[in-house]
Amino acid sequence: MPSSVPLAIFLLPFLSFVIISFVIRPFLNHKAQLSGYITIAAIGTSFALSLWVLAEAMRAPGHVLSMPAYDWLAIGDTVIRFGVTVDSLAAVMLIVVTGISFLVQVYSQGYMHGDPGYSRYFAFMSLFTGSMLGLVLASNLLFLFVFWEGVGLCSYLLIGFWFHRPAAARAATKAFLVTRIGDFGFLVAILLLYSKTGTFDIGQLHELALAGVLGGTTLTWAAIGIFSGAIGKSAQFPLHTWLPDAMEGPTPVSALIHAATMVAAGVYLVARMFPMFASSEQAITTVAVIGGFTAIFAATMGLVMNDIKRVVAYSTISQLGYMMLGLGVVGIGVAKGAVPLEVGLGLGVAVGIFHLFTHAFFKALLFLGAGSVNHATGTFDLREMGGLRKAMPWTFATFLIASISLVGIWPLSGFYSKEGILTQAWDHQRALFVLALLTVFLTAFYIFRVVFLTFGGEYRGKVHAHNGGAHGPSLRESPLVMVAPMVVLAIMAGVAGWLPIGKFLGAEAEGYFHPFSSAIAWISLLVGGFGIFLAYALYGAKWISAELLRQRFAPVHTLFSRKYWFDELYERVFVFKVLLDGVFALFQWFDTHVVDGLVNGIAGGTVASGSAIRRLQTGQLQAYGIAIFFGILVIALCLAVFS
Amino acid sequence: MTVGLEHFLVLSAVLFSIGLYGALAKRNVVVILICIEIMLNAVNIALVAFSRYGHILTGQVFAIFIMVVAAAEVAIGLAIIIAIYRSRETVDVEKTDLMKW
Repeated sequence: MPSSVPLAIFLLPFLSFVIISFVIRPFLNHKAQLSGYITIAAIGTSFALSLWVLAEAMRAPGHVLSMPAYDWLAIGDTVIRFGVTVDSLAAVMLIVVTGISFLVQVYSQGYMHGDPGYSRYFAFMSLFTGSMLGLVLASNLLFLFVFWEGVGLCSYLLIGFWFHRPAAARAATKAFLVTRIGDFGFLVAILLLYSKTGTFDIGQLHELALAGVLGGTTLTWAAIGIFSGAIGKSAQFPLHTWLPDAMEGPTPVSALIHAATMVAAGVYLVARMFPMFASSEQAITTVAVIGGFTAIFAATMGLVMNDIKRVVAYSTISQLGYMMLGLGVVGIGVAKGAVPLEVGLGLGVAVGIFHLFTHAFFKALLFLGAGSVNHATGTFDLREMGGLRKAMPWTFATFLIASISLVGIWPLSGFYSKEGILTQAWDHQRALFVLALLTVFLTAFYIFRVVFLTFGGEYRGKVHAHNGGAHGPSLRESPLVMVAPMVVLAIMAGVAGWLPIGKFLGAEAEGYFHPFSSAIAWISLLVGGFGIFLAYALYGAKWISAELLRQRFAPVHTLFSRKYWFDELYERVFVFKVLLDGVFALFQWFDTHVVDGLVNGIAGGTVASGSAIRRLQTGQLQAYGIAIFFGILVIALCLAVFS
Repeated sequence: MTVGLEHFLVLSAVLFSIGLYGALAKRNVVVILICIEIMLNAVNIALVAFSRYGHILTGQVFAIFIMVVAAAEVAIGLAIIIAIYRSRETVDVEKTDLMKW
C-alpha cells in the first residue's frame, strides 16, 4: 500500500471543504446540491481507502503498518515530525468515522434539503470529518492536538449552524467553552510531557512510560491532564453539560457528533494513550471511576427528559462512560498486575473501542431515527408523538433495532461489546460493575420509554396525516435518501458485534471474549429485559400510571429533570459568583485601581510637579541671566575641582 | 612699574564684572544693552592682551570679529527696544515679562 493512502484519507475531506468554500459557494451557489455530491464523493473515497487500510492492517504482523514521517519544523535540535500511525486502533476508527460520516452525509441530503445554508453545512461537515480523521491518524501529540482543536471548532460551527436562533448560538458557545476547559489540561499535559522527555511522539512516549523512564507523579499528572481533555470532548462528568445542549444543531450533526467524530475523540485519545494510562494506577483509576459514575449519572437524567434527542444525548454520555469504564477497569487490572501487560494493553483498547465501534452504528441510527421523526412531526417533544409505527414503518423498525442493540440484547451488536465491559468490570472492580449493571437497567428503561412514547399508542400531536403540500411536516415516511442510510446502519447495528473487531484490536486478547460462558451475560440480559418490561408496563400497556409514579417520586423526578442543577451550579455559582463577582471583579479592581491608577498617577504627578516648578519661570530676563551666571560658575568650579 | 599681562586681565575682569552687574541689575533696557557692550569689550581687552603677550595673532582677529558682531547686535537690539517701546510704551525690563508661564 502506498504511504500516501492514509494521508489521502484525511486530506480528501479537507479538499472537499476547500472546493466547497472557495469555488461552489462564491461562484456556483445556485447549484448548492453540488456541495453535497462533492462531500459524499470525498468521504466515500476516504471510506474505500479506509477499507484498504483495514485490509492491509489485518495482514500486517502485529496489525501495525510503518509509515514514513516528514520533518515539519526544526527549531535548534528539536525536530517536530509529522507522521501517521496506522495500527488496528486507527484502522477501526477510520472505518467508523468515514462509514458513519458517509451515511450521515447521504441522509443530510434529504434532511437539509432546501436549507439556505446547504453549501455551508456540507463544507463544515467535510472539515469536521477531515479533522477527526487527522486526529485518528496523527502519530504526534502536537498534531493530534491541532486536529483535536479543529474538531472542537467544527462542532462549534455546526452546533451553531442555525446561528440566528439564540438557543443555537448559546449552545455552540457553551460547547466550545466547556470543552476548552478540558483542552487546557490536555495542552498542559502535552507541554509537561515535552519538558520531561523532549518528544511529542506518541510511540516514543509509550516506550518511555513502559520502560519506567517516565513515571511517578509526572506520568500521573500528564495522564490526568490528557484525560481532562477527553472528559471535555467526550462529555464526561463534570464537563458533561454541553452535550445535551448541542442538540440545537441539525440532527445529522448530532448523529455525527455522537457517533463518530466529536465525542469519540475523547475515548480514542484515552485508547491511543492507553500504555501511558495503564502505567499509572491513580490515573487509570480516575478514568474508570469517572467513566462508571458518568454512565449511571447520565442515564438517570435520560429517564425523565421529554425531548427525544435529549434522551438519546444523555444515552450517549452514559455509553461514553461505559467506554471509559471498559478502558479503565482493564487498566486497573494491568496496573495491579492481575492482567499481564502484553495482553492488557491490547485488551483495554479492544474492550473500550469495540463498544465505541458498535455504539457508533446504533447511536447514529437513533439520531437519524429521531431526525426522521422530526421530519414528519415537526417536533422533538415526546408528548406530541405516539402511534408513529403505522405512519413510519421503516423508521420504527430501524429505531427499534437500534434500541435493542443499545440495551444489549443478544444477538445484536450492543450485547457483545457491553458484555466485554461488564466482564472486565466484574474481574477487576466490583463496585464499578454494580454501577454498570444498574446502568444497563436504566438504559433499557429510558430508551424503551422513548420507543413506546414515540411509536406506540395513538398519535397525540397536531400534524394531520397527508398534510398535502411538500412544505411543512406531514405524517408519512421520510424520503428514500433518508431511509436508506438508516437501513444500512440498522444492519450494521445488528451484525457489528459478530465482527472479530475485539480480536483484531487486542491481538493477544483472544481468550478474553467469551459471551455466555459466564453468568454475567445472563444477568445483564435479565436486567435489560426487566428494564424493557418496566417501560412497557408504564408507557406501553399503561398498567402503572407514569403520572402517579412521577408524583410519588416528585423530588427525585425534579432532581433528574433539572439535571441535578448542574447548569445552574455552573452558571450561577461558577460563572456569576466565582468568575464575574470574584475573579473578574478582582481583575477589574486591579485594572481600575492599579493599572489605570499607575497611568493616571504618572499624569497627575507630572501636572502637579509642573504647576509647582513653573513658578520658576518668572519671565524676568534678568532672573534668567542670574541663573545662567551661576550655572556657568558652578560648571567652572566643577571643572576646576574635578579635572 | 611695567605694565604686564596681569594688569590687562585685571582690567578686563573688572570691566566684565561691572558689565555683568549692570546687565543683571539695571532696569532700563538701554542701560542693559550698554552693559552688555562693556562685557564684550572687556573680553576684547583680554583677547588683545593675550595676543600681544603671547605673540599670536588669533586674539586680535577674534577681537575684530567681536566688534563686528557687537555692532550688528547693537543695531538689532536697539531696533527691538524701539519696537517694544512703541507697543508697550516702556523700556523697563521688569514690565516686559511676556515669557512668564
